[in-house]
Amino acid sequence: MSKNIIEVKNLEKYYEISGGFFSRTKGVVKAVDDVSFEIPVGESLGLVGQSGCGKTTTARSLCLLDPKTNGEINFLNPETQKLESIDDLDDIELKNFRRNIQMIFQDPYESLNPRWTIKDIILEPLNIHNIGNLADREEAVKEILKTVGLTPPENYMPRYPHELSGGQRQRVSIARTLIMKPKFVVCDEPTSMLDVSIRISIMDLMLNLAKDLGISYLYITHDLAVARYMCNRIAVMFNGKIVEIAETEKLLSNPVHPYTKRLISSIPVPDPKYNRVEYDLNYDELDEIIKNNPDKKMVDIGGEHFIATHDVKDILY
Amino acid sequence: MSKEVLVVDGLNMHYETLDGLVQAVKDVSFTLKQGESFGLVGESGCGKTSVAMSLLQLQPDNAKISSGSIKLDGIELVGMTEKELRTVRWDGISIVFQGAMNAWNPVAKIGEQIREAIREHRPDNSKDENTEKITELFNIVGLDSSVMDRYPHELSGGMKQRAMIALALSCDPKVVIADEPTTALDVVIQDQILKELKKVQELLGLSLIYISHDIAVIAEMTNNMAVMYAGSIVELGPTKDVFSKPKHAYTRLLLESTPSVVGEKKKLRSLDGEPPSLIDEKKGCSFSPRCPAPSKECKNQELEMKLIEVVKGHYADQCCVECG
Repeated sequence: MSKNIIEVKNLEKYYEISGGFFSRTKGVVKAVDDVSFEIPVGESLGLVGQSGCGKTTTARSLCLLDPKTNGEINFLNPETQKLESIDDLDDIELKNFRRNIQMIFQDPYESLNPRWTIKDIILEPLNIHNIGNLADREEAVKEILKTVGLTPPENYMPRYPHELSGGQRQRVSIARTLIMKPKFVVCDEPTSMLDVSIRISIMDLMLNLAKDLGISYLYITHDLAVARYMCNRIAVMFNGKIVEIAETEKLLSNPVHPYTKRLISSIPVPDPKYNRVEYDLNYDELDEIIKNNPDKKMVDIGGEHFIATHDVKDILY
Repeated sequence: MSKEVLVVDGLNMHYETLDGLVQAVKDVSFTLKQGESFGLVGESGCGKTSVAMSLLQLQPDNAKISSGSIKLDGIELVGMTEKELRTVRWDGISIVFQGAMNAWNPVAKIGEQIREAIREHRPDNSKDENTEKITELFNIVGLDSSVMDRYPHELSGGMKQRAMIALALSCDPKVVIADEPTTALDVVIQDQILKELKKVQELLGLSLIYISHDIAVIAEMTNNMAVMYAGSIVELGPTKDVFSKPKHAYTRLLLESTPSVVGEKKKLRSLDGEPPSLIDEKKGCSFSPRCPAPSKECKNQELEMKLIEVVKGHYADQCCVECG
């Protein structure tokens, strides 16, 4: 049995809406509501859903960029090989923890400081964590640039982000992420801003790095076709909750939840002869599962294929 | 045999920049038949939108059509004065812009903006007639008529795009250009908009030019298609044939680099390198530097780029027919 790199239990992130007299709380937005999943070492999980369903909020909570409201995040400590809750960490441990979990952002045009050279950008994490001496750091930057395919590195180090194309910038983003030798990387739609022809080379690069360096990904995307290419398992998110989670091919060939079916049926297929199946929203299968499992939140219908049992009839149309 | 609505022949368009002439559209020719849906596909900067802007002659001041002809129902559009063009725009050819979010005037109501277009082209219509027309159009694109009295910021992205389609249809144009109408939208909303467009196209017998970088969308939406690379059309033919028997090396790579949710999971091929700079006219095949297996003539740049008919009705650039 392989170990899990991360286990998320009942993660919640609520935003309070305040306003009116004395800015009182008028209500809460449950951006992430009771989300649980785990990712085994070296595997990647795709988090798929519509805009505004809470994918990015989940990612930001995992990376501790936004404090979570509730729930548990357990992360495999690479030294002790034991799962540790991040709530128990003190400040110094937390700083170390952050080295192991990194994030690649969606927009390579906005996530790189335009006034810094590529070398400065990639060097920054090393400076913050005070790793090695100056010569070592420079060597590490060169090495990592080669790894992400920006060769020769001497050509790229003195340049500024505006001198690079979108694909090259995203490679710099990946290099900045990898320089910390993380074990777990959260990718927030890293290829959605890129052109079709460059997309595959970035995806291939990420897949190869995962294999060579043993990195696990949480890969966020709204495109199931991309998730299929990148991930072992896929979790479908809707309205802040995970509604279905299964092994990639199982999920695509045998979707059970009506929302998953709808999501799959809305992806255009690059084949003019293919007629997309029109799904009518059919709750019978889901109702059956809910009826047979009255107390469970997620039901395993076989082969680690989980379905959420909360009622979606009113919100899904 | 349905008649040809739009005939584009040997269109060349360039931008004058400080660095030199940028040849954005090179010798582009295609015809659009009545009721047909024609797709233009290619990566960013290949000249798709430049072609669209040339058809409407909405290009910026530094852009010039240097040669070629655009005939709408037999009437030549190239060389028309601004005044003559005003009658062609929207009445003859209309466009659904890429960013529906930004294409609306934020301080005017949606209905008023559509009414403005109709007033310009149908000055004799009464206000009630116009309202009726807009209600009818909203019905077609699946919007409630109350949307007329709303401001753009009150609508979601999908609703704005639907209203945009209604606006494009408001003067019963002969040709509608859809320039990446779903790029900024979510997959589920994209699906709804595509279905809506398809329905409208069939219902009204529209002639549609559909521009996209996503070949999956082109596969669903079009009867005929052209693949563009570095300003030129490199392959042209019926969508089904282009997908089942692609002739040009670039088309083949484009098809093999697109992931799909159906069928066997296959290894995707990546397209290395970058598209060439369009500044300075170069001789020979523009794709050969990125071609995985360029033929000898192609590599030595001995062949001129020229579309040849490979199979009846299916054209490809002669340089890369044999490559890859």
